[in-house]
Amino acid sequence: MGAGHGGVLGAAYVPGSSVVHRLAPHLKLVAVLGFAVVVVATPVHAGWAWAAYAGHLALVLGAAAVAGVGPRRLARGLVVEVPFVVFALLLPVVAEGPRVQVAGLSLSESGLTAAGGLLAKATLSVLAATVLAATTDPRALVRGLERLRLPTVLVQILMFMVRYTDVVGGELRRMRVARESRGFRGRHLGALRVLGPAAGSLFIRSYERGERVHLAMLSRGYTGRMPTGPVAAVRAGAWMTALALPVAAAAVLACGLLLG
Amino acid sequence: MHVPDGFLDAPTSMATGALAAGTVALALRGSHRELDERTAPLAGLTAAFVFAVQMMNFPVGAGTSGHLIGGALTAVLVGPWTAVLCMTVVLLVQAVLFADGGLTALGTNVTLMGLVAVGVGYGVFRLLTAVLPRTRTGVLTAAGVGAFLSVPASALAFVGLFAVGGVADVPLGTVAATMGGIHLLIGLGEAAISVAVLGAVLAVRPDLVRGAAALRRPADLARRSAPAGAGAR
Repeated sequence: MGAGHGGVLGAAYVPGSSVVHRLAPHLKLVAVLGFAVVVVATPVHAGWAWAAYAGHLALVLGAAAVAGVGPRRLARGLVVEVPFVVFALLLPVVAEGPRVQVAGLSLSESGLTAAGGLLAKATLSVLAATVLAATTDPRALVRGLERLRLPTVLVQILMFMVRYTDVVGGELRRMRVARESRGFRGRHLGALRVLGPAAGSLFIRSYERGERVHLAMLSRGYTGRMPTGPVAAVRAGAWMTALALPVAAAAVLACGLLLG
Repeated sequence: MHVPDGFLDAPTSMATGALAAGTVALALRGSHRELDERTAPLAGLTAAFVFAVQMMNFPVGAGTSGHLIGGALTAVLVGPWTAVLCMTVVLLVQAVLFADGGLTALGTNVTLMGLVAVGVGYGVFRLLTAVLPRTRTGVLTAAGVGAFLSVPASALAFVGLFAVGGVADVPLGTVAATMGGIHLLIGLGEAAISVAVLGAVLAVRPDLVRGAAALRRPADLARRSAPAGAGAR
């Protein structure tokens, strides 16, 4: 537990005290979802689409700056996009329709537009979600989802998962250290005979831990609901701050629709 | 690979969102039957297991490695409804904490990796266990084939969604063939890992494998007649 108390899940969170950090988590969730919806709704085939994407980009980078989320954290967030970038790069090659010559390659025009649009939309949404994850503690995010009326059972499962992922992940790490200190190097398919049982015993340990945790909670009076404190009222000002991002993005989109 | 925001058009995203919400609602009721009041802790820990095991890399050979997706394996281990809930929660965490898979595409991802992967994997497993002999090998074979087919099935479902609501005009036959082909290979890996994990659990705690309930027999206890006069001392 020495390095990074939050473990795998907590690694996404960068503690801070900015305006964005202090916003209620459910407001941030609504804001990021709203931003994603506006970004997705920006039509890629319009002539002004790229100006609008640039506007969205400026907005989300501005939000990141206010939140104190640095460029390196944002870049780390973008790594999840990589497999998808490969797909988008292939799109102009395989798509049909009129073709253009770019650097000796015959590429489809519609494929190029589509790939560009996909990449722009995915990147913008990933950036916004990265700012959310970097400014919100995982447990606060679960509370936010609860306030957004996610079904209770789902919230509870989520809560148990968030709390125990680091325990289960730590167990996995210790098993790996134990294996490797005995000279194990997994290089080919034969390693399955070692790794399969390792994953199997990880499941058994997780499941048994679930049973123990449940019994321990029952004996402490667990009734199927987690006691939470009184729900803090959210001031209108907080809503305004949180919704500034999606509303500004919607304004960019509206400008494009009206002027373009 | 999770579907990001903006990959499918709005009507398709909304339709898959509604489908995913319906599935999760059914799964919430179904998992209550599978786990009664222990649903939350056990499904939560199983979700943590799925999440952890997805980070575990299995060598495939030639320097490459793959990881488990786990839909079919989880369904055989804890039952299909709980598996749907676990996959949903894992996808939700990945979308919210790691921006992996878009928020507006969450319904699509749950449909592909929760509904289709778990549904096909478990469906095939049940069909085969009904046909195959009720032995350890039979259960493992059925689970392997289920895990194998669940991967290309969810890839083809993705191609189908792309055909309905994709934003680029690509030759669908080619895409389906490519995606199907690649995912058949990935499916082989998924099947190998699932069988290895399941075999290990069956060897240690067969009672934890829900899909192998048929293997469980009451312990063979012979009745012994007590020797006369032995009770008093």
